[in-house]
Amino acid sequence: MKAIVCVKQVPDTSGKVSVNENGTLDRASMATITNPDDLNAVEAALALKDQTGCEVVVVTMGPPPAEGMLRELLARGADRAVLISGREFGGSDTFATSQIIAAGINKIGIEKGDIVFCGRQAIDGDTAQVGPQIGEKLGLPQITYVAEIQKDGDTVICKRMLEDGYMMIKTQTPCLLTCIKELNEPRYMSVGGIFDAYSKPFQVLGYDDLKDDPLIELDTIGLNGSPTNILTSFTPPQKGAGMMLEGSDKATCEKLAGILAKKHII
Amino acid sequence: MSTFNNTDLAAFKDVWVFCEQRQGKLMSTDFELISEGRKLADELGVKLYGLLLGDAVEGIAKELGGYGADGVIVCESPLLKEYTTDAYTKVICQVIEELKPEAFLIGATNIGRDLGPRCAARLHTGLCADCTHLDVDMGVYKDFLRESSTLDEKRIEGTGTALVLGKPHDVSRDLKMTRPAFGGHLMASIICPRFRPTMATVRPGVMKKAEFDQAKADACEIIKPNFELTAADLQTEVLEVKKAAKKLVDLIGADYIVSVGRGISKDVEGGIKLAEELAEVLGGVVGSSRAVVDSGWMTPDHQVGQTGKTVHPKVYVALGISGAIQHKAGMQDSECIIAVNKNDTAPIFEVADYGICGDLFKVTPMLIEAIKAEKAKK
Repeated sequence: MKAIVCVKQVPDTSGKVSVNENGTLDRASMATITNPDDLNAVEAALALKDQTGCEVVVVTMGPPPAEGMLRELLARGADRAVLISGREFGGSDTFATSQIIAAGINKIGIEKGDIVFCGRQAIDGDTAQVGPQIGEKLGLPQITYVAEIQKDGDTVICKRMLEDGYMMIKTQTPCLLTCIKELNEPRYMSVGGIFDAYSKPFQVLGYDDLKDDPLIELDTIGLNGSPTNILTSFTPPQKGAGMMLEGSDKATCEKLAGILAKKHII
Repeated sequence: MSTFNNTDLAAFKDVWVFCEQRQGKLMSTDFELISEGRKLADELGVKLYGLLLGDAVEGIAKELGGYGADGVIVCESPLLKEYTTDAYTKVICQVIEELKPEAFLIGATNIGRDLGPRCAARLHTGLCADCTHLDVDMGVYKDFLRESSTLDEKRIEGTGTALVLGKPHDVSRDLKMTRPAFGGHLMASIICPRFRPTMATVRPGVMKKAEFDQAKADACEIIKPNFELTAADLQTEVLEVKKAAKKLVDLIGADYIVSVGRGISKDVEGGIKLAEELAEVLGGVVGSSRAVVDSGWMTPDHQVGQTGKTVHPKVYVALGISGAIQHKAGMQDSECIIAVNKNDTAPIFEVADYGICGDLFKVTPMLIEAIKAEKAKK
């Protein structure tokens, strides 16, 4: 039995974000982190490992430096890592990305008892599409926005959050779950884990390794396999600076209330 | 090379809106999307249909006509009573393949964001997530760029064509889907030039609802297509649906929001009480930053921001909120932003229309009194 976790290395959008002249993101200037929701997914898999002794496989698609992130996840307790990397995969939108990752998961092999974990969404794209699209490509039942997991044999019962409450949903393994931060508190790496991280199995899958999978064709992956195209990207104009009111006393508040009333805002 | 059955673009027409219902009730996002869909259908010169799935829901369908739908496609089955990914995806993909809409809009609710990507993957088409602006007409789109971007006129004029598989493509009939990325630092307009339907999930609370028109509701056509669905299609089972015990905080619909941030930490209860009082004077509701929710001081349904709710009230009052980009992403389109913060370099002041540098515990009570006084004058 395996827990396969799909993770993404993302620029840290909570830090300083700078934009190039041409309106694209200056990625070089930003630190990279493991996508926060994906850490919850990794923790869910590790919790399952603590409970059942299952194997935890972390998988990502990205450029070679993503190895560093995978080593960190091995140091947290994952058993092996798979990096999907190749020039043919570049420029993929969510559809093409899910196509490639699903082929990678097929290579790892998925069988009864297995669970594929994803984060709800990545903080750079914010689409929340890749998880469900992988689920569709692999023909797995999915539960998104998972805040609680109970596993009993091959049955999985999850608490799935809604805006105005929640649903309890039951399904069978193999299945795909997308995790949110309410699910758990990710654990830290241990010193021993960091030492071990470099001796754990680490596999790199390129285009040649995946090309026999029916999902992988040159018109279903990369830029040419992406149904969506970017027409324009741009930075929104900075809103003009507002009015700083002098002081913080009664007169200031009365002045503000006066302005609001005059402008019919209140 | 692979062959796809959705590349004959001329075979697809009409705009569809997925109309989500929970417990047999339409959601407010449905009305927003129908209103927006009306605009797009007119720009394309096609019809607008709502797509409604559920168990015995035909009775609520005509209301959608009142906001602009020419008709509603109703799929009813006891198996569609509760939302399940399997059943909804199967039925929707069947009717899309049969009736072939050109564009398909879905509200970016927790359910819409589960359903959209699953359908797009099955139909082999493009999906743009969490859109905040939609256009077809090039003139309208260019005006939007002039107003909302820092692009120069030459770049704006150049948006009439896109490079698709290395060749220039005229985008005048494509749905141009604009959305924020990187926490609102960057906006991108996305097109889906080669496949149909063009799919978009649309952020709730962003599109404006049209005036309800009873005559149009009465004229709304009901269409009931055939579809196949059996219990064996459902790999997931909904055991229980629980509504939040508390009344849902209607942040999205509120005209006035008073939000509190970490600045209330020295007296959490007092700070929240002040915000409630100010919200009451204004006739609004209380929101919060993520820090407040993470500290357990307020429930997540109050949270405004990238991972919370996106709001655009008439007035947004930020009490003791520093203004991290993740928070600003959820409230910077408010019509008027008032910030109270001890730190005069807090980034919240960059988006505030009016700022007061001071202690919220001292300023807020005075502000409540001053607003009460102004209101009493009217």
